[in-house]
Amino acid sequence: MRVYVLGASIWGPGLEGWEASRAVLTGFADHVPRTSPPLAPAMLSATERRRTSLVVRLALNVAQAASAMAGFPSDRMRNVFATSNGDGAVVGAILEALSGGDGQVSPTQFHNSVHNAASGYWTIANRTRQPATCLGCGDVTMGTSLLKAITEVEVEREPLLLCVYDAPMPSPLAAKRPTQGAFAAGFVLASKDNGMALAHLEAAYVAQPVPDGTGEPDTQGLRELSRANPAARSLRLLQALARGKADRFPVALLDGHLDVEVEPCSGGHG
Amino acid sequence: MRPLFITASTIASAVGRGGAETLDALRARRGGLRPCDFAGVTGGHIGRVDGLEAHELPAELAHFDCRNNRLADLALRTDSFADRVQTAREIYGPTRIAVVVGTSTSGIHASEEAYRARDPRTGALPEAFDYAHTHDLFSLARFVRDALGLRGPTMTISTACASSARSFVDAHHLIASGVCDAAVVGGADSLCRMTLHGFAALDLISPVPCRPCDAERAGISIGEAAGFMLLEREGDGPALLGYGTTSDGHHMSAPHPEAAGAIGAMRQALERAALTPRDIDYVNLHGTGTRANDAMEDLAVAEVFGTDTPCSSVKAWTGHALGAAGIVEAGIAALCIRYGFMPGCLNVGAVDPSFRARVLVGNEDRPVRRVISNSFGFGGANCSLILGAA
Repeated sequence: MRVYVLGASIWGPGLEGWEASRAVLTGFADHVPRTSPPLAPAMLSATERRRTSLVVRLALNVAQAASAMAGFPSDRMRNVFATSNGDGAVVGAILEALSGGDGQVSPTQFHNSVHNAASGYWTIANRTRQPATCLGCGDVTMGTSLLKAITEVEVEREPLLLCVYDAPMPSPLAAKRPTQGAFAAGFVLASKDNGMALAHLEAAYVAQPVPDGTGEPDTQGLRELSRANPAARSLRLLQALARGKADRFPVALLDGHLDVEVEPCSGGHG
Repeated sequence: MRPLFITASTIASAVGRGGAETLDALRARRGGLRPCDFAGVTGGHIGRVDGLEAHELPAELAHFDCRNNRLADLALRTDSFADRVQTAREIYGPTRIAVVVGTSTSGIHASEEAYRARDPRTGALPEAFDYAHTHDLFSLARFVRDALGLRGPTMTISTACASSARSFVDAHHLIASGVCDAAVVGGADSLCRMTLHGFAALDLISPVPCRPCDAERAGISIGEAAGFMLLEREGDGPALLGYGTTSDGHHMSAPHPEAAGAIGAMRQALERAALTPRDIDYVNLHGTGTRANDAMEDLAVAEVFGTDTPCSSVKAWTGHALGAAGIVEAGIAALCIRYGFMPGCLNVGAVDPSFRARVLVGNEDRPVRRVISNSFGFGGANCSLILGAA
């Protein structure tokens, strides 16, 4: 299956957007992790902005940046959102409320607790009727959602935004589901090059599993991040796109893997 | 689209376990709702599946133990579903069958219990609490994969109350792109404090058993359910003929005032199935029983199908099974096609006089060739499926 990558974006600890992260992604600079909270998305109304949590801001930040790079209006793209932990802060607060006191739950928190909250806010912000699916696949959320996204482009022949994001859980869930940093990546994928493609991907589903540690980023700091946050398993792909060089690596699924070949396109963003 | 045949099917809900019990309850117009008696929550009615407290997972799957996976297990062991999948596994091989299942809350009830059993000194959750195999969304897909011995692409979909309906679409993408040959779709959602209290906080729980489409409807009754289907390229009997997926792009929990997303989903489904509105014999409504949903959906159905196509909701039988509603209603749609009947809405005194669509309030026996089934979720996620003879 072949898809063109028309846009890519990143937000993570010390990785504040595509341009600011290029030197780290390409290996010219060391990764210096620091807290990097994404700004509240300007595209939402003031009320909705107040209601959005860190996780929603994280997802919307990369969704916006990837579609801006692709030069694609968001109402022309289908959507695949993927996150292992979802909005841990919201779910954690509800679990706290349910375990003590009168058990009352905030109505806003309840509707924000759905796993597709970020894709909901994204489609609301863009007033788009484009469909959105949302995956939660634990440590293999990145590989599984990339497979999902590529097969959807292959079948529907329409451009698609893939947005993967994960943030740490609050205590006491954090001890059961350790996650480091707040990390997100966005990719605009299409079956055709619009002249803006960074690269094309040849992707094949392979039934054989891959050993742990394959397909990781090739620099130490990013490797640690990719092991500590399910969405950061996208870093190897982001590295290849930032370098503008051919690469080939497996992205793990629960069973088997996605074999991804990255071939840079000449019309890329330099 | 090329039809995907439903070669095996199972459902478990408050009205019964399996096709025969479900059919019997629908024909006898015997609903499954009772006053809420779950986890100390009071108010409203629920569709509760009996026997889950005593249901034991097979020893090798015991680490997945939680209410949601017990419910999924109950469904997998009904109507020879696991046996049918075993046969498919021998034909295609375990890596060629995907598991694509939907849930909105997975095993969150296990976390609710764990929070109540925290260490009073440190606040830590009990050591024995296994988040990954219970509360985590992926727990459901991994459980189904292990229970059926499948090794193809495995994913959990979570688009709120459209989750298990959407699983058909995501499975179709895997099969149509050649990544796999067949897929187990469906899902499970089980009772938990979060949804019972959450919908109450939104003032959406009906004080009486829910009555979709009634002039005096006052909200939902929450249910729990699980269901699965095996989809293959070849087969006989009912098939998935088309699907439509849209977003409202309007509000997190309120439907679009002009029903634009719902209309778009139904029209897309017709287009993908290469059918016209007249080809649809019955519309299985999302029909939750809230003022807003049912009014919006009436608008949408009347816009797409006019005022003659029969439509109804089965939520007063099963309760609103949230993420599992789509698979339960696909299962019921398949029963309607196989046995030639349409279940009229239950508990309705008088249909909302402002409605234009033809709402059934009694059962009708007649051939049903094709059904469109709607599922709409928070976040504005809409999914319409067309099932019928290919």
